[in-house]
Amino acid sequence: MRFFEDIEIGQRRELGSFTFTADLIKKFARQFDPQRFHLDEEEGRKSLFGGLAASGWHVGSVCMKLLVADGQRQAAEAAARGEKLAVWGPSPGFRDLRWIKPVLAGDVISYASEIESLRVSEKRPEWGILQARNTGTNQRGELAFSVLATAFVPRRSASS
Amino acid sequence: MTLCFEDFPPGHFGTFGPRRVTREEMLAFAAEFDPQPMHLDEEAAKRSMLNGLSGSGWYLCSVMMRMMFDGFIGRTASLGSPGVNELRWLAPLRPGDDLTLDIDIAEARVSRSRPDTGIVTFRAVIRNAAGQALCEMVSPIIVSRRADAAAEQAG
Repeated sequence: MRFFEDIEIGQRRELGSFTFTADLIKKFARQFDPQRFHLDEEEGRKSLFGGLAASGWHVGSVCMKLLVADGQRQAAEAAARGEKLAVWGPSPGFRDLRWIKPVLAGDVISYASEIESLRVSEKRPEWGILQARNTGTNQRGELAFSVLATAFVPRRSASS
Repeated sequence: MTLCFEDFPPGHFGTFGPRRVTREEMLAFAAEFDPQPMHLDEEAAKRSMLNGLSGSGWYLCSVMMRMMFDGFIGRTASLGSPGVNELRWLAPLRPGDDLTLDIDIAEARVSRSRPDTGIVTFRAVIRNAAGQALCEMVSPIIVSRRADAAAEQAG
């Protein structure tokens, strides 16, 4: 992961893509969101979604999964260069989460993250706070998911 | 009976739970979706800002969704949600927490584009057994109107 000082507004990272198979959609839905259109193809077709649709919380959780994997890749690259590792802190929340298009069985969602704002924490000056617009785009190039997420990022100066 | 738009007037809607969060379920979610050390590794978690093993925020959201389903969405003519206006993670979720969910209806209005449905915006707060708020969310859901109510307005 990067330190606060290494991050600039407008920086964008492609996080990779994820295929929402019918099995994965139903498995998540059975545990956390067993609404009929997340569990059954026919019910999905009859719904506003027009097909078996992933729970929105599944779509958001996969975004987190790919963000963490991207952070681990960056950490491995930094370690290979012999640099000090930045361990990111927790997130205080998010705003403006939109499920714009349904994510249907078989859809391949490509996720990306772009930095929107940066500031130093007033209460914890050894930390920076960033806002990133995280998005998911389907295989037809349609924006399906978008969220403005906040995270604590360590400052290099504080850890040296 | 299925709950429709008319069953969600502004004000306090209900309190749901408690639901026990098991260490096993919390760790399984973290392993699959959010494998950061603060959610998986007891020792690393002690050194984190959250001072101990904590659940992924997305796990807490998913549990909140399940509590909403069991509490009322499962018997509501819900057509889905367009998103979340705001969500705040206020305090760490710990293994063994017993969660309670409070739902307030902030706003309920008939949809202009689809007059047989309404948009119900609710505020959800999840608390642990000590009454500490862990997560707060404001989010709309789309709910069918009662057939007679929708027809009356159309006619």
